[in-house]
Amino acid sequence: MENFLFQFLNVEIAKTVLPQLLIGLKTTLILSFIVVPLGVLGGIVISVLQDLRIRPLNMLLVTYIDFFRAFPPLVLLIFIYYGLPFLGFETSSMQAVVLALVFNTSAYFAEVVRAGIESVPRGQVEAARATGLGTAQTMRWVVLPQAVRNVLPDLMSNVLESIKLTSIASVVTMPELLRMARVAQGNMFNTTPLILAALMYLALLWPLVRLITTIERRSLKARG
Amino acid sequence: MNDLLQAFFNLNVILTYLPDLWKGLVVTVELSVLVVITGFAIGIGLALLRTLENRVINTFIVLYADILRALPPLMLIVVGFFGLPYLGLKPSGFGTAWTVLAMVLSAFTEELVFAGINALPKGQSEAARASGLTRWQVLIYVVLPQAIRLVIAPLTSRTIATVKNTSLASVVAVPDLLAEASAALGYSSNASPLFAAALGYLLILFPLVIFSRRLESRLRWTH
Repeated sequence: MENFLFQFLNVEIAKTVLPQLLIGLKTTLILSFIVVPLGVLGGIVISVLQDLRIRPLNMLLVTYIDFFRAFPPLVLLIFIYYGLPFLGFETSSMQAVVLALVFNTSAYFAEVVRAGIESVPRGQVEAARATGLGTAQTMRWVVLPQAVRNVLPDLMSNVLESIKLTSIASVVTMPELLRMARVAQGNMFNTTPLILAALMYLALLWPLVRLITTIERRSLKARG
Repeated sequence: MNDLLQAFFNLNVILTYLPDLWKGLVVTVELSVLVVITGFAIGIGLALLRTLENRVINTFIVLYADILRALPPLMLIVVGFFGLPYLGLKPSGFGTAWTVLAMVLSAFTEELVFAGINALPKGQSEAARASGLTRWQVLIYVVLPQAIRLVIAPLTSRTIATVKNTSLASVVAVPDLLAEASAALGYSSNASPLFAAALGYLLILFPLVIFSRRLESRLRWTH
């Protein structure tokens, strides 16, 4: 027990490594604030384009979505970071991570937003058009707001997954939370930094998990 | 164009490393199958346990599910592999990845299946009980199949995510498809093995993605 406390919950070591981990946390947050909005935006653009119902374009978009849903993000990241330089495309670890994560998450967000758009009855669109709104205006003011509300739990799940996914940036030595904790653990020969990092992730993401559970239950009840 | 072919589709390089890549593919498939089976089994077990409405047990289940859903799986794998040895335990990379990914999948499965069970009309189980089935028979033969049907689409998505996450095992020295491809990339100074590995992942995962697409269009909720 004493050994466990010393190795896993060592207050002295926690104090020493806290500043490093906070820097890591900051990088994780910055990364999340770049990847999540870009992913959502990409997803909305893709699903709005899908709603135009142009056949060849749709096939292209569905291929994009299925491809990136089937492609493990870590493989994609390593491909971009270690593979593309052979073609002369050198990327910084930040660029590689953002590219890989946005490709991945935009495909997921596109699926969710599309489901949302399809859940809005067609009559709504026709009514909005009849009042004189243009196609784009109808999409922006009538369809999308309802679409987002209808798939809110899935959207938030995707946000949660995207933030968790930023941890793979540690593999290309980007100094985010997991990477900083791993380095500190190696320097200190002690697991406490990793536990501290886990607590930071929990503080960040647990409220989101609770919120998702609550909304999900409500919407499933309404459906079931 | 020639550069592109040389760097990414170099058949000679791919053929040289094909036996290694194949071994990696087998490890990835083994790990995926083990994780999915154990993850589902534990998750469904926990969901059933939760229907007993025992306060203490349920608190633990909710805590378990919440923590495993909130933490990045790579973080958990790293804690298991690099942390446990300090306690005198020496888990293998494969064992760590299997345990962690199965636990994470079980957490999501428990949440989904339990939500499915809750969403079923109460009359279902009352009617089944009235017909003479025991409590457990009702759960297993009447409630569970319908609950799983109700959440089959998100469950499939989660399965896809889990299989993709097996690539995280490469970080803790499991010789899976990604690890073999990365090693081959290092030896050959050529990206072709990585490209071949990517095709391998698509081979495993594309059928699952197509399956989930068909499920979604079949079960699309109507208004």
